[in-house]
Amino acid sequence: MAEFTLPKNSVLIEGKTFKAPVSAKNIRRFEVYRWDPSSSEIPRIDTFELDMDSCGPMVLDAILKIKNEIDSSLTFRRSCREGVCGSCAMTINGKNSLACTKAIDSYTGTIKIYPLPHMSVVKDLVADMTHFFAQYASIKPWIETQTPPPADVERLQSKEDREKLDGLYDCILCACCSTSCPSYWWNSERYLGPAVLLQAYRWLVDSRDENTGERLDELEDPFKLYRCHTIMNCTDTCPKGLNPAKAIAETKKLLVQRKLG
Amino acid sequence: MDYRTPLSRAKGLGSAKSGTGHWWMQRVTAVALIPLSFWLIKFLGLSLTAPYQQTLDWLTSPINSICIVVWIIAAFYHAALGLQVVIEDYVAAEGPKIISIWAVNLFFLFLAIAALLAVFRIVSIG
Repeated sequence: MAEFTLPKNSVLIEGKTFKAPVSAKNIRRFEVYRWDPSSSEIPRIDTFELDMDSCGPMVLDAILKIKNEIDSSLTFRRSCREGVCGSCAMTINGKNSLACTKAIDSYTGTIKIYPLPHMSVVKDLVADMTHFFAQYASIKPWIETQTPPPADVERLQSKEDREKLDGLYDCILCACCSTSCPSYWWNSERYLGPAVLLQAYRWLVDSRDENTGERLDELEDPFKLYRCHTIMNCTDTCPKGLNPAKAIAETKKLLVQRKLG
Repeated sequence: MDYRTPLSRAKGLGSAKSGTGHWWMQRVTAVALIPLSFWLIKFLGLSLTAPYQQTLDWLTSPINSICIVVWIIAAFYHAALGLQVVIEDYVAAEGPKIISIWAVNLFFLFLAIAALLAVFRIVSIG
């Protein structure tokens, strides 16, 4: 049955406030979710006031400034700092995005930073991605063929067929889309979610793949695929501007096409 | 302690290899209900002010009786399909989920049969 009572960890308390230095003139407030599941404390929101005159332009710069100068215990993932690795996905002012590609100036007032919604928290802004990546592995995200590779050349693909992969191969698996999807919140044990379904479609339309039918068999399931009701939170939130909702709709069309001919 | 691997958990019981028919029929009934519901609104509007016998006469004409029968089948089928999806979305526990899906499907089957019998009665007796 639906859970009507929330666990005690869902209640947030006000945490510490770190004031900006008195000399600072250009101050922005950042409210950051803090929780260490291994401690007995419940989650809290710490407030950091930062001097913007000595801070980089992006939200990730602000988080790094907090870690470097104010509270080194703040925990988050980051790597490339240019929207390619997908590590710094988090909820910024209520919308999932990459902290490294969001300019502080694009927000007004206090900036609120939370971990990705409805994921287990490892610590602070770090979500447990184990199940998400296991789901990705479950769709066999690699080429599957029966025909041996040609002797002297690579497996060829026409320009038109290659273009079908644009907007699909570009996904960086940051999980912003999947964790913005209510169906994924309620049924993530079985529903694959937009990110993984986008990748499943990427292999369905690859002209070099020879397992399209088997891939469709694996997807045709009331929970794995059909939990998508096309509310398009995924497309709305994708920091790379991709359209997982369309990929899922195209997958459903392929299934109908197979059924009805 | 659960020693199953994350991949084993993600794959679960595998694919049911069904669901396309359910999804497709939800769309088919939805599209069918667009013109049929316009007809029904028009019909109900007319019969609201017409005498009882006049309404019965209208309903026994072939085009109207066909429309009402198709509307009943499409509407109750659509409702059953849709509510099943809602239950699958929000009811996580297996037992209550299966019982509610049964209940919803039987309820709409019962309603549809009752409505169809009423139409047949009007058509045959007048």
